[in-house]
Amino acid sequence: MIPSIAQPASLRWTYRIYILMFYIFLVAPLLVVATFAFNDSLFPSLPWNGFTLDWFVSDTSERLGVFSDSAMLESVGISAFVAFWVTALSLLVATSNAFLFERYDFRFKEFFYMLMLLPLVIPGVILGISILIASNSFVNAVDEAFNIEVEFLRPGLVLVILGQFAFITTIATMVISARLRKMDRSLEEAAYNLGATKSAVLRTITLPYLKPALVGAGIVAFLMSFENFNTTLMLTSSDSPLTITMFDRLREGSTPELNAVSLLLMIVSGILALLSVLVQIKEAS
Amino acid sequence: MKAQSRLFFYLLLTPFFLWLLLLVILPHIDMLGIALREQTAPRQYAFSFSNFSEFFKEPLYWRTFLRTAIMSIVATALTLLIAFPVSYYIAKMLRGRSKSLLFLLCLIPFWVSELVRTYGWMILLRETGVISNALQWLGLVSGPVELLYNDAAIMVGLVYTSMLFMVVPLVTVLESLSDDIIEASYDLGGNMWTTMKNIVIPHAMPGIVSGCIIVFMMTLGNYLTPNLLGGKDSLWFTEQIYTQFITRFNWELGSAFGILLLLLSSLIVWLGLKLTKQTLTSTMAS
Repeated sequence: MIPSIAQPASLRWTYRIYILMFYIFLVAPLLVVATFAFNDSLFPSLPWNGFTLDWFVSDTSERLGVFSDSAMLESVGISAFVAFWVTALSLLVATSNAFLFERYDFRFKEFFYMLMLLPLVIPGVILGISILIASNSFVNAVDEAFNIEVEFLRPGLVLVILGQFAFITTIATMVISARLRKMDRSLEEAAYNLGATKSAVLRTITLPYLKPALVGAGIVAFLMSFENFNTTLMLTSSDSPLTITMFDRLREGSTPELNAVSLLLMIVSGILALLSVLVQIKEAS
Repeated sequence: MKAQSRLFFYLLLTPFFLWLLLLVILPHIDMLGIALREQTAPRQYAFSFSNFSEFFKEPLYWRTFLRTAIMSIVATALTLLIAFPVSYYIAKMLRGRSKSLLFLLCLIPFWVSELVRTYGWMILLRETGVISNALQWLGLVSGPVELLYNDAAIMVGLVYTSMLFMVVPLVTVLESLSDDIIEASYDLGGNMWTTMKNIVIPHAMPGIVSGCIIVFMMTLGNYLTPNLLGGKDSLWFTEQIYTQFITRFNWELGSAFGILLLLLSSLIVWLGLKLTKQTLTSTMAS
């Protein structure tokens, strides 16, 4: 079934309706979340009571809008802090990994590459608990041996950052490796022939070439960290990132404030997604 | 130059090893160690399989495990069934702009947090929700209907969340199928079904397997969707792990559960790869 082969009109239309229904299925949940952010009601459900911006800006105890909800705003800040560190760390290690696998041949390379992919195969919850266990063992061992309490490796933001960094690095490595693989090595050789030093070549040839991949991987890493739930759930303590705060609110029973937060999240991730697509298009041309 | 190159090599190898060893390999070895021990006295532990035997003795545990596995397989199959026609449409029926547009449209929902997507389904499905109201308005039901907190709701959420990871590999693999081969099949007297069965599906097999493996793994390890859409009786295995770790503080049993989930996940991935003679590296690359 391809356009060049005639098919009965009924079949063609059934197919089109199926595709249409699929896209309705895809968009419906996002659309209702966005719509009910503006409903003038205490609950994110029908009936529609009219349009309001209360869930963004209102500041009463009955109707707390996002921009007045200090607990919610604080968790946005925590998420951004975590995402920043995860992005920075994973880009650094991923770039190093990409050079390791694309520029060097060594024994057991295939095996190491498979190990590198491992974090993608491990469910997030399990990655979370394993890091929780290991850090706990480490803290206890240090405590026993030197009588020092390593407070920062107890559940909290450092562990959340480490947990997310553990699997996001793999994804970033794949993005950066793919770009490095396509690079024309003769550009670097030409620079060497002209007498450039290794660091000059890296600075003026290799890194500028990698820039689109670095930007793309950075955006993906930031978003994945910001939106991560499973690993974070196991490693967080009292300072909870946004997804954990939203989850707790959702279970208590939600107000349309959550819709407002969600809408803002959608807008931000939409912009970031668009940016990464634009970077990819630029990279392709 | 040679010595310098070696130095750079070790400079690149060090972060790789630190990352993988400290954050992935050692923690999992530690988890295995805890799963295989038993507290005999305060702060005294002995090697034992008791946590694993506890799993098989308590019906709630192994039933939850089995249920999670079966539901994940069903969710994977459903995702494939729904995604295949869509991917085929994008890859083979469309050209140029409309093709990239529809493909991008497929990806957009997945840039949004899973929490937001699940919340959307809660608003749609709950008793006071959009679908319940629409059904009443249409006169199909007389009172509010609760569509949330059952297995069907969990399934809808899981299929929705997994869709992208099926569509992308399928579109990639179907795009590589030349139109000429499909035309040749018709010229030789084939019809839609025989062409699908003998040409398109065999060609798409690597994509189907990649998609299914990724979707299965993600579904098995999912926590948020079953928890929010299934309510108290969702009985998902990751919830059992969470309960043991955070609520009951029984890390030994929780670790054993973690190992079991990891084993099941690896087994299915391995089987899928064996059946289709692919490697993990090639599957992840697509």
